[in-house]
Amino acid sequence: MIKIEGINKSFGKLHILKDINLEIENGKTTAIIGPNGSGKTTLIKIVLGLMESDSGKIFVNEINIKKGVGYKNLIGSMPQIARFPENLRVGELLEMIKDLRSRKNGVDKELFELFKLEQEINKKLGALSGGTRQRVNAALAFLFNPDILILDEPTAGLDPISSSALKDKILKEQRNGKTIVITSHILSDIEELAENIVFILEGKIIYSGTVKALIEEKGKRNLERTIASLMESNGNEHNS
Amino acid sequence: MNTILKIIKYELRDVIRSKWILIYFAFLFMITEGMFQFSGSSSKVLLSMINIVLILIPIITISYGIIYMYSSREFTEMLLAQPINRKTLFTGLYSGLALPLSIAYIVGIGIPFIFHGVEENTQIPILSILLLSGIALTFVFTSLAVLISLSSDDKVKGLGIGIFVWLFMAVVYDGALLFGSYLLSEYPLEKPMVGMTMLNPIDLARVLLMLKFDISALMGYTGAIFKKFFGSPIGMLFSTAMLLLWIIVPYQIAKRIFVRKDF
Repeated sequence: MIKIEGINKSFGKLHILKDINLEIENGKTTAIIGPNGSGKTTLIKIVLGLMESDSGKIFVNEINIKKGVGYKNLIGSMPQIARFPENLRVGELLEMIKDLRSRKNGVDKELFELFKLEQEINKKLGALSGGTRQRVNAALAFLFNPDILILDEPTAGLDPISSSALKDKILKEQRNGKTIVITSHILSDIEELAENIVFILEGKIIYSGTVKALIEEKGKRNLERTIASLMESNGNEHNS
Repeated sequence: MNTILKIIKYELRDVIRSKWILIYFAFLFMITEGMFQFSGSSSKVLLSMINIVLILIPIITISYGIIYMYSSREFTEMLLAQPINRKTLFTGLYSGLALPLSIAYIVGIGIPFIFHGVEENTQIPILSILLLSGIALTFVFTSLAVLISLSSDDKVKGLGIGIFVWLFMAVVYDGALLFGSYLLSEYPLEKPMVGMTMLNPIDLARVLLMLKFDISALMGYTGAIFKKFFGSPIGMLFSTAMLLLWIIVPYQIAKRIFVRKDF
Protein backbone atom coordinates (compact mmCIF):
# COMPACT_ATOMS: atom_id res chain seq x y z
CA MET A 1 0.00 0.00 0.00
CA ILE A 2 1.17 3.50 -0.75
CA LYS A 3 0.03 6.14 1.68
CA ILE A 4 0.59 9.78 0.83
CA GLU A 5 0.14 12.32 3.61
CA GLY A 6 0.05 16.07 3.12
CA ILE A 7 2.51 16.33 0.26
CA ASN A 8 3.43 19.82 -0.93
CA LYS A 9 5.86 20.66 -3.68
CA SER A 10 6.84 23.96 -5.23
CA PHE A 11 9.25 24.89 -7.98
CA GLY A 12 10.13 28.48 -7.23
CA LYS A 13 6.80 30.33 -7.17
CA LEU A 14 4.90 27.51 -8.84
CA HIS A 15 2.98 25.52 -6.28
CA ILE A 16 2.70 22.19 -8.13
CA LEU A 17 1.26 19.88 -5.47
CA LYS A 18 -1.05 21.31 -2.83
CA ASP A 19 -1.50 19.19 0.26
CA ILE A 20 -2.01 15.83 -1.45
CA ASN A 21 -3.51 13.08 0.73
CA LEU A 22 -4.02 9.74 -0.92
CA GLU A 23 -4.14 6.05 -0.20
CA ILE A 24 -3.40 3.62 -2.96
CA GLU A 25 -5.01 0.30 -2.17
CA ASN A 26 -3.12 -2.95 -2.21
CA GLY A 27 -3.83 -5.36 -5.03
CA LYS A 28 -5.82 -2.82 -7.04
CA THR A 29 -5.12 -0.70 -10.05
CA THR A 30 -5.35 3.02 -9.51
CA ALA A 31 -5.31 5.48 -12.37
CA ILE A 32 -4.06 8.99 -11.77
CA ILE A 33 -5.41 11.41 -14.36
CA GLY A 34 -5.41 15.11 -14.92
CA PRO A 35 -4.49 17.63 -17.61
CA ASN A 36 -0.88 18.35 -18.56
CA GLY A 37 0.99 20.15 -15.83
CA SER A 38 -1.44 19.14 -13.11
CA GLY A 39 1.32 17.43 -11.09
CA LYS A 40 0.85 13.73 -11.87
CA THR A 41 4.43 13.07 -12.88
CA THR A 42 5.77 15.18 -10.02
CA LEU A 43 3.76 13.08 -7.57
CA ILE A 44 5.12 9.87 -9.08
CA LYS A 45 8.67 11.20 -9.03
CA ILE A 46 8.29 12.02 -5.34
CA VAL A 47 7.06 8.50 -4.60
CA LEU A 48 10.03 7.10 -6.53
CA GLY A 49 12.46 9.35 -4.67
CA LEU A 50 13.58 11.26 -7.77
CA MET A 51 12.27 14.45 -6.20
CA GLU A 52 11.92 15.48 -2.63
CA SER A 53 8.67 16.96 -1.33
CA ASP A 54 8.70 20.23 0.62
CA SER A 55 6.53 18.73 3.33
CA GLY A 56 4.49 15.62 4.02
CA LYS A 57 5.21 11.93 4.30
CA ILE A 58 4.94 8.90 2.08
CA PHE A 59 4.70 5.33 3.31
CA VAL A 60 5.21 2.31 1.08
CA ASN A 61 4.03 -0.81 2.89
CA GLU A 62 4.03 1.12 6.18
CA ILE A 63 7.68 2.18 5.75
CA ASN A 64 8.49 5.89 5.48
CA ILE A 65 10.36 6.28 2.20
CA LYS A 66 12.79 8.73 3.79
CA LYS A 67 14.10 5.91 5.98
CA GLY A 68 16.09 4.35 3.16
CA VAL A 69 16.11 3.20 -0.43
CA GLY A 70 15.21 -0.43 0.23
CA TYR A 71 11.55 0.17 -0.61
CA LYS A 72 12.52 0.64 -4.26
CA ASN A 73 13.12 -3.12 -4.42
CA LEU A 74 9.33 -3.47 -4.19
CA ILE A 75 8.62 -1.10 -7.06
CA GLY A 76 8.97 -1.52 -10.77
CA SER A 77 8.63 1.81 -12.54
CA MET A 78 8.20 2.94 -16.08
CA PRO A 79 9.03 6.63 -16.52
CA GLN A 80 7.20 8.72 -19.07
CA ILE A 81 10.30 9.32 -21.16
CA ALA A 82 12.73 6.43 -21.36
CA ARG A 83 16.20 7.66 -20.55
CA PHE A 84 19.05 5.22 -20.89
CA PRO A 85 22.85 5.40 -21.01
CA GLU A 86 23.41 5.70 -24.76
CA ASN A 87 26.53 3.59 -25.12
CA LEU A 88 25.37 0.53 -23.20
CA ARG A 89 23.79 -2.39 -24.99
CA VAL A 90 20.32 -3.62 -24.12
CA GLY A 91 21.78 -6.79 -22.60
CA GLU A 92 24.21 -4.83 -20.44
CA LEU A 93 21.44 -2.61 -19.14
CA LEU A 94 19.48 -5.68 -18.05
CA GLU A 95 22.55 -7.11 -16.41
CA MET A 96 23.24 -3.85 -14.60
CA ILE A 97 19.76 -3.52 -13.15
CA LYS A 98 19.77 -7.19 -12.18
CA ASP A 99 23.06 -6.54 -10.42
CA LEU A 100 21.67 -3.60 -8.47
CA ARG A 101 18.39 -5.04 -7.27
CA SER A 102 17.53 -7.74 -4.83
CA ARG A 103 15.64 -10.34 -6.83
CA LYS A 104 13.49 -12.06 -4.27
CA ASN A 105 10.58 -12.46 -6.71
CA GLY A 106 12.73 -13.89 -9.47
CA VAL A 107 12.92 -12.61 -13.02
CA ASP A 108 9.93 -12.24 -15.32
CA LYS A 109 10.97 -12.09 -18.97
CA GLU A 110 7.48 -12.44 -20.42
CA LEU A 111 7.31 -8.90 -21.79
CA PHE A 112 10.75 -9.26 -23.34
CA GLU A 113 9.50 -12.22 -25.27
CA LEU A 114 6.18 -10.60 -26.18
CA PHE A 115 8.01 -7.52 -27.42
CA LYS A 116 10.58 -9.65 -29.28
CA LEU A 117 13.39 -7.76 -27.55
CA GLU A 118 15.76 -10.73 -27.53
CA GLN A 119 16.81 -9.82 -31.06
CA GLU A 120 17.75 -6.29 -29.94
CA ILE A 121 19.90 -7.49 -27.06
CA ASN A 122 23.23 -6.55 -28.67
CA LYS A 123 22.14 -3.14 -29.91
CA LYS A 124 23.25 0.02 -28.21
CA LEU A 125 20.49 1.86 -26.40
CA GLY A 126 21.33 5.08 -28.22
CA ALA A 127 20.66 3.37 -31.56
CA LEU A 128 17.15 2.17 -30.69
CA SER A 129 14.07 3.73 -32.23
CA GLY A 130 11.66 5.63 -29.97
CA GLY A 131 9.14 2.80 -29.91
CA THR A 132 11.76 0.16 -29.13
CA ARG A 133 13.07 2.29 -26.28
CA GLN A 134 9.59 2.49 -24.88
CA ARG A 135 9.25 -1.28 -25.15
CA VAL A 136 12.54 -1.78 -23.29
CA ASN A 137 11.29 0.73 -20.74
CA ALA A 138 8.09 -1.25 -20.18
CA ALA A 139 9.82 -4.61 -20.06
CA LEU A 140 12.25 -3.29 -17.42
CA ALA A 141 9.42 -2.25 -15.13
CA PHE A 142 8.03 -5.81 -15.09
CA LEU A 143 11.41 -7.57 -15.11
CA PHE A 144 11.74 -8.25 -11.41
CA ASN A 145 8.18 -9.24 -10.78
CA PRO A 146 7.73 -6.33 -8.33
CA ASP A 147 4.80 -6.10 -5.91
CA ILE A 148 4.07 -2.52 -6.96
CA LEU A 149 4.09 -1.23 -10.52
CA ILE A 150 4.18 2.48 -11.28
CA LEU A 151 3.57 3.21 -14.95
CA ASP A 152 3.69 6.79 -16.23
CA GLU A 153 1.81 6.91 -19.55
CA PRO A 154 2.78 3.34 -20.46
CA THR A 155 1.05 3.09 -23.83
CA ALA A 156 2.25 6.43 -25.23
CA GLY A 157 4.52 5.89 -28.21
CA LEU A 158 3.77 2.20 -28.60
CA ASP A 159 2.34 0.65 -31.76
CA PRO A 160 -1.10 -1.03 -31.42
CA ILE A 161 0.37 -4.54 -31.18
CA SER A 162 2.82 -3.65 -28.41
CA SER A 163 0.25 -1.49 -26.68
CA SER A 164 -2.28 -4.30 -26.47
CA ALA A 165 0.44 -6.77 -25.42
CA LEU A 166 1.34 -4.40 -22.61
CA LYS A 167 -2.29 -4.01 -21.55
CA ASP A 168 -2.71 -7.79 -21.49
CA LYS A 169 0.34 -8.01 -19.27
CA ILE A 170 -1.05 -5.36 -16.93
CA LEU A 171 -4.36 -7.26 -16.70
CA LYS A 172 -2.46 -10.47 -15.99
CA GLU A 173 -0.46 -8.86 -13.18
CA GLN A 174 -3.73 -7.48 -11.79
CA ARG A 175 -5.01 -11.01 -11.46
CA ASN A 176 -1.75 -11.89 -9.69
CA GLY A 177 -2.70 -9.33 -7.06
CA LYS A 178 -0.19 -6.63 -7.92
CA THR A 179 -0.68 -3.04 -6.84
CA ILE A 180 -0.57 -0.92 -9.98
CA VAL A 181 -0.48 2.86 -10.40
CA ILE A 182 -0.98 4.15 -13.89
CA THR A 183 -1.26 7.57 -15.48
CA SER A 184 -2.64 8.07 -18.94
CA HIS A 185 -4.46 10.49 -21.17
CA ILE A 186 -6.12 7.66 -23.03
CA LEU A 187 -9.32 7.31 -21.05
CA SER A 188 -10.45 4.14 -22.82
CA ASP A 189 -7.25 2.47 -21.53
CA ILE A 190 -8.09 3.57 -18.02
CA GLU A 191 -11.65 2.31 -18.28
CA GLU A 192 -10.25 -1.02 -19.38
CA LEU A 193 -7.50 -1.29 -16.78
CA ALA A 194 -8.24 0.67 -13.65
CA GLU A 195 -10.61 0.09 -10.79
CA ASN A 196 -9.85 3.22 -8.81
CA ILE A 197 -9.35 6.67 -10.16
CA VAL A 198 -7.71 9.81 -8.80
CA PHE A 199 -8.30 13.06 -10.60
CA ILE A 200 -5.76 15.82 -10.05
CA LEU A 201 -6.37 19.37 -11.19
CA GLU A 202 -3.87 22.17 -10.58
CA GLY A 203 -2.13 20.21 -7.86
CA LYS A 204 -5.26 19.28 -5.91
CA ILE A 205 -7.17 16.03 -5.77
CA ILE A 206 -10.65 16.68 -7.16
CA TYR A 207 -11.91 13.12 -7.04
CA SER A 208 -10.70 9.87 -5.55
CA GLY A 209 -12.76 6.68 -5.67
CA THR A 210 -13.81 3.92 -8.02
CA VAL A 211 -14.24 4.52 -11.74
CA LYS A 212 -17.73 2.98 -11.63
CA ALA A 213 -18.96 5.26 -8.84
CA LEU A 214 -17.64 8.32 -10.64
CA ILE A 215 -19.48 7.50 -13.86
CA GLU A 216 -22.69 6.73 -11.97
CA GLU A 217 -22.43 9.86 -9.89
CA LYS A 218 -22.16 12.08 -12.94
CA GLY A 219 -24.73 10.06 -14.88
CA LYS A 220 -22.73 10.06 -18.09
CA ARG A 221 -22.27 7.40 -20.71
CA ASN A 222 -18.52 6.80 -20.39
CA LEU A 223 -15.42 7.96 -18.58
CA GLU A 224 -14.45 10.50 -21.20
CA ARG A 225 -17.73 12.42 -20.88
CA THR A 226 -17.60 12.10 -17.11
CA ILE A 227 -14.12 13.58 -16.93
CA ALA A 228 -15.08 16.35 -19.35
CA SER A 229 -18.02 17.33 -17.16
CA LEU A 230 -15.85 17.10 -14.06
CA MET A 231 -13.30 19.44 -15.60
CA GLU A 232 -16.02 21.82 -16.79
CA SER A 233 -17.69 22.09 -13.41
CA ASN A 234 -14.36 22.72 -11.71
CA GLY A 235 -13.36 25.19 -14.38
CA ASN A 236 -16.62 27.07 -13.73
CA GLU A 237 -15.95 27.15 -10.00
CA HIS A 238 -12.59 28.76 -10.71
CA ASN A 239 -14.16 31.37 -12.95
CA SER A 240 -17.04 32.32 -10.69
CA MET B 1 31.20 -0.27 -1.46
CA ASN B 2 30.02 -3.16 -3.56
CA THR B 3 27.35 -1.00 -5.16
CA ILE B 4 29.89 1.74 -5.92
CA LEU B 5 32.04 -0.76 -7.79
CA LYS B 6 29.05 -1.98 -9.78
CA ILE B 7 28.12 1.57 -10.77
CA ILE B 8 31.71 2.31 -11.76
CA LYS B 9 31.85 -0.88 -13.80
CA TYR B 10 28.84 0.02 -15.93
CA GLU B 11 29.69 3.69 -16.15
CA LEU B 12 33.18 2.77 -17.37
CA ARG B 13 31.68 0.75 -20.20
CA ASP B 14 29.58 3.74 -21.13
CA VAL B 15 32.46 6.24 -20.83
CA ILE B 16 35.05 4.17 -22.65
CA ARG B 17 32.75 3.58 -25.59
CA SER B 18 32.16 7.31 -25.90
CA LYS B 19 35.54 7.41 -27.74
CA TRP B 20 36.56 10.77 -26.23
CA ILE B 21 38.62 9.02 -23.60
CA LEU B 22 40.38 7.04 -26.32
CA ILE B 23 41.06 10.20 -28.31
CA TYR B 24 42.47 11.83 -25.16
CA PHE B 25 44.71 8.84 -24.58
CA ALA B 26 45.86 8.72 -28.21
CA PHE B 27 46.59 12.45 -28.20
CA LEU B 28 48.75 12.30 -25.05
CA PHE B 29 50.50 9.21 -26.36
CA MET B 30 51.30 10.79 -29.72
CA ILE B 31 52.55 14.03 -28.18
CA THR B 32 54.86 12.22 -25.77
CA GLU B 33 56.06 9.77 -28.39
CA GLY B 34 56.50 12.58 -30.92
CA MET B 35 58.66 14.54 -28.50
CA PHE B 36 60.85 11.53 -27.93
CA GLN B 37 61.25 11.19 -31.69
CA PHE B 38 62.14 14.85 -32.21
CA SER B 39 64.27 15.68 -29.20
CA GLY B 40 65.57 12.27 -28.27
CA SER B 41 66.37 13.29 -24.70
CA SER B 42 64.08 12.35 -21.84
CA SER B 43 64.94 15.48 -19.85
CA LYS B 44 63.67 17.71 -22.67
CA VAL B 45 60.55 15.61 -23.02
CA LEU B 46 59.87 15.90 -19.30
CA LEU B 47 60.27 19.67 -19.43
CA SER B 48 57.87 20.00 -22.35
CA MET B 49 55.36 17.78 -20.64
CA ILE B 50 54.95 20.36 -17.84
CA ASN B 51 53.06 22.64 -20.17
CA ILE B 52 50.97 19.81 -21.51
CA VAL B 53 50.02 18.82 -17.99
CA LEU B 54 49.27 22.35 -16.86
CA ILE B 55 47.21 23.45 -19.83
CA LEU B 56 45.74 20.34 -21.41
CA ILE B 57 44.62 18.34 -18.38
CA PRO B 58 42.49 21.10 -16.82
CA ILE B 59 40.69 22.09 -20.02
CA ILE B 60 40.09 18.53 -21.22
CA THR B 61 38.97 17.32 -17.80
CA ILE B 62 36.63 20.20 -17.09
CA SER B 63 34.98 20.27 -20.51
CA TYR B 64 34.70 16.50 -20.85
CA GLY B 65 33.49 16.21 -17.24
CA ILE B 66 30.78 18.80 -17.74
CA ILE B 67 29.59 17.34 -21.05
CA TYR B 68 29.57 13.85 -19.58
CA MET B 69 27.64 14.90 -16.48
CA TYR B 70 24.92 16.48 -18.60
CA SER B 71 24.67 13.54 -20.95
CA SER B 72 24.61 11.06 -18.07
CA ARG B 73 21.48 12.64 -16.63
CA GLU B 74 19.57 9.68 -18.10
CA PHE B 75 21.86 7.19 -16.43
CA THR B 76 21.46 9.01 -13.13
CA GLU B 77 17.68 9.25 -13.35
CA MET B 78 17.35 5.59 -14.22
CA LEU B 79 19.59 4.51 -11.37
CA LEU B 80 17.76 6.74 -8.90
CA ALA B 81 14.58 4.73 -9.49
CA GLN B 82 16.52 1.65 -8.37
CA PRO B 83 17.34 0.90 -4.74
CA ILE B 84 20.56 2.92 -4.67
CA ASN B 85 21.58 5.44 -2.10
CA ARG B 86 22.19 8.88 -3.59
CA LYS B 87 25.55 9.28 -1.88
CA THR B 88 26.69 5.93 -3.23
CA LEU B 89 25.53 6.88 -6.70
CA PHE B 90 27.42 10.17 -6.51
CA THR B 91 30.66 8.47 -5.49
CA GLY B 92 30.17 6.00 -8.33
CA LEU B 93 29.54 8.75 -10.88
CA TYR B 94 32.55 10.76 -9.75
CA SER B 95 34.92 7.82 -9.76
CA GLY B 96 33.61 6.62 -13.09
CA LEU B 97 34.65 9.98 -14.50
CA ALA B 98 37.92 10.69 -12.68
CA LEU B 99 39.40 7.19 -12.96
CA PRO B 100 39.26 6.71 -16.74
CA LEU B 101 40.63 10.24 -17.28
CA SER B 102 43.52 9.51 -14.90
CA ILE B 103 44.19 6.14 -16.50
CA ALA B 104 44.18 7.63 -20.01
CA TYR B 105 46.71 10.19 -18.79
CA ILE B 106 49.05 7.77 -17.01
CA VAL B 107 49.00 5.23 -19.81
CA GLY B 108 49.26 7.83 -22.57
CA ILE B 109 52.34 9.41 -21.04
CA GLY B 110 53.71 6.29 -19.36
CA ILE B 111 54.00 3.99 -22.40
CA PRO B 112 56.50 6.18 -24.31
CA PHE B 113 58.59 6.54 -21.15
CA ILE B 114 58.60 2.77 -20.68
CA PHE B 115 59.66 2.31 -24.32
CA HIS B 116 62.43 4.87 -24.31
CA GLY B 117 63.41 4.84 -20.66
CA VAL B 118 64.95 7.79 -18.80
CA GLU B 119 68.59 8.86 -19.15
CA GLU B 120 69.36 9.20 -15.47
CA ASN B 121 67.77 7.69 -12.43
CA THR B 122 67.34 11.17 -10.95
CA GLN B 123 64.60 11.75 -13.51
CA ILE B 124 62.43 9.04 -12.02
CA PRO B 125 61.20 11.20 -9.11
CA ILE B 126 60.54 14.00 -11.60
CA LEU B 127 58.47 11.67 -13.74
CA SER B 128 56.55 10.51 -10.68
CA ILE B 129 55.82 14.10 -9.64
CA LEU B 130 54.69 14.80 -13.18
CA LEU B 131 52.31 11.85 -13.12
CA LEU B 132 51.08 12.56 -9.59
CA SER B 133 50.39 16.24 -10.16
CA GLY B 134 48.61 15.33 -13.40
CA ILE B 135 46.36 12.95 -11.50
CA ALA B 136 45.78 15.57 -8.80
CA LEU B 137 44.78 18.12 -11.46
CA THR B 138 42.46 15.56 -13.07
CA PHE B 139 40.69 15.04 -9.76
CA VAL B 140 40.55 18.80 -9.00
CA PHE B 141 38.95 19.59 -12.34
CA THR B 142 36.62 16.60 -12.19
CA SER B 143 35.35 17.94 -8.86
CA LEU B 144 34.88 21.38 -10.37
CA ALA B 145 33.17 19.93 -13.46
CA VAL B 146 30.75 17.91 -11.37
CA LEU B 147 30.01 20.91 -9.16
CA ILE B 148 29.40 23.23 -12.11
CA SER B 149 27.16 20.78 -13.96
CA LEU B 150 25.03 20.18 -10.88
CA SER B 151 24.70 23.91 -10.14
CA SER B 152 23.13 24.73 -13.48
CA ASP B 153 20.57 22.76 -15.47
CA ASP B 154 21.49 24.62 -18.63
CA LYS B 155 24.13 22.70 -20.58
CA VAL B 156 25.45 25.69 -22.53
CA LYS B 157 25.69 27.83 -19.40
CA GLY B 158 27.48 25.02 -17.54
CA LEU B 159 30.03 24.56 -20.27
CA GLY B 160 30.52 28.32 -20.47
CA ILE B 161 31.20 28.56 -16.73
CA GLY B 162 33.61 25.62 -17.01
CA ILE B 163 35.63 27.23 -19.77
CA PHE B 164 35.63 30.52 -17.88
CA VAL B 165 36.93 28.81 -14.73
CA TRP B 166 39.70 27.18 -16.75
CA LEU B 167 40.59 30.44 -18.49
CA PHE B 168 40.66 32.24 -15.17
CA MET B 169 42.91 29.73 -13.45
CA ALA B 170 45.20 29.03 -16.38
CA VAL B 171 45.63 32.53 -17.79
CA VAL B 172 43.83 35.42 -16.10
CA TYR B 173 44.94 34.64 -12.55
CA ASP B 174 48.65 34.68 -13.42
CA GLY B 175 48.23 37.82 -15.48
CA ALA B 176 46.46 39.59 -12.64
CA LEU B 177 49.11 38.42 -10.19
CA LEU B 178 51.86 39.71 -12.46
CA PHE B 179 50.09 43.02 -12.96
CA GLY B 180 49.53 43.36 -9.22
CA SER B 181 53.15 42.68 -8.42
CA TYR B 182 54.20 45.22 -11.04
CA LEU B 183 51.95 47.89 -9.53
CA LEU B 184 53.15 47.14 -6.01
CA SER B 185 56.74 46.48 -6.93
CA GLU B 186 57.97 48.83 -4.19
CA TYR B 187 56.74 46.52 -1.49
CA PRO B 188 58.11 43.14 -0.40
CA LEU B 189 55.62 40.84 -2.11
CA GLU B 190 57.31 37.46 -1.94
CA LYS B 191 55.27 36.10 0.92
CA PRO B 192 51.86 37.25 -0.36
CA MET B 193 52.89 35.77 -3.72
CA VAL B 194 53.47 32.41 -2.08
CA GLY B 195 50.02 32.70 -0.52
CA MET B 196 48.35 33.70 -3.77
CA THR B 197 49.99 30.82 -5.61
CA MET B 198 48.50 28.38 -3.13
CA LEU B 199 45.01 29.57 -4.05
CA ASN B 200 45.21 28.37 -7.64
CA PRO B 201 45.54 24.62 -8.24
CA ILE B 202 47.22 25.06 -11.62
CA ASP B 203 49.82 27.39 -10.08
CA LEU B 204 50.37 24.95 -7.24
CA ALA B 205 51.08 22.14 -9.65
CA ARG B 206 53.30 24.42 -11.71
CA VAL B 207 55.41 25.43 -8.72
CA LEU B 208 55.74 21.82 -7.55
CA LEU B 209 56.95 20.79 -11.01
CA MET B 210 59.29 23.78 -11.49
CA LEU B 211 61.03 23.10 -8.21
CA LYS B 212 61.63 19.48 -9.11
CA PHE B 213 63.22 20.59 -12.37
CA ASP B 214 65.60 22.91 -10.57
CA ILE B 215 64.79 25.75 -12.91
CA SER B 216 63.50 28.01 -10.17
CA ALA B 217 66.66 30.05 -10.59
CA LEU B 218 65.02 31.39 -13.74
CA MET B 219 62.45 33.09 -11.58
CA GLY B 220 65.01 35.21 -9.77
CA TYR B 221 64.58 36.30 -6.18
CA THR B 222 60.94 35.19 -6.02
CA GLY B 223 62.08 31.80 -7.21
CA ALA B 224 64.48 31.59 -4.31
CA ILE B 225 61.71 32.39 -1.85
CA PHE B 226 59.48 29.83 -3.56
CA LYS B 227 62.21 27.24 -3.38
CA LYS B 228 62.76 27.99 0.26
CA PHE B 229 59.07 27.56 1.04
CA PHE B 230 57.84 24.92 -1.38
CA GLY B 231 61.14 23.01 -1.30
CA SER B 232 60.91 22.52 2.45
CA PRO B 233 59.04 19.52 3.84
CA ILE B 234 56.44 21.80 5.43
CA GLY B 235 55.92 23.65 2.17
CA MET B 236 55.51 20.39 0.27
CA LEU B 237 53.06 19.14 2.85
CA PHE B 238 51.18 22.41 2.77
CA SER B 239 50.88 22.54 -0.98
CA THR B 240 49.84 18.89 -1.19
CA ALA B 241 47.19 19.62 1.44
CA MET B 242 45.99 22.59 -0.61
CA LEU B 243 45.68 20.44 -3.73
CA LEU B 244 43.70 17.89 -1.73
CA LEU B 245 41.42 20.68 -0.47
CA TRP B 246 40.87 21.70 -4.08
CA ILE B 247 39.65 18.17 -4.72
CA ILE B 248 37.61 17.66 -1.55
CA VAL B 249 35.81 20.99 -1.11
CA PRO B 250 34.11 21.12 -4.54
CA TYR B 251 33.46 17.38 -4.26
CA GLN B 252 31.63 17.77 -0.97
CA ILE B 253 29.60 20.78 -2.12
CA ALA B 254 28.61 18.90 -5.29
CA LYS B 255 27.64 15.86 -3.21
CA ARG B 256 25.37 18.00 -1.03
CA ILE B 257 23.68 19.44 -4.11
CA PHE B 258 23.31 15.97 -5.64
CA VAL B 259 21.70 14.46 -2.54
CA ARG B 260 19.02 17.18 -2.51
CA LYS B 261 18.49 17.66 -6.22
CA ASP B 262 15.17 17.11 -8.00
CA PHE B 263 15.47 14.95 -11.10
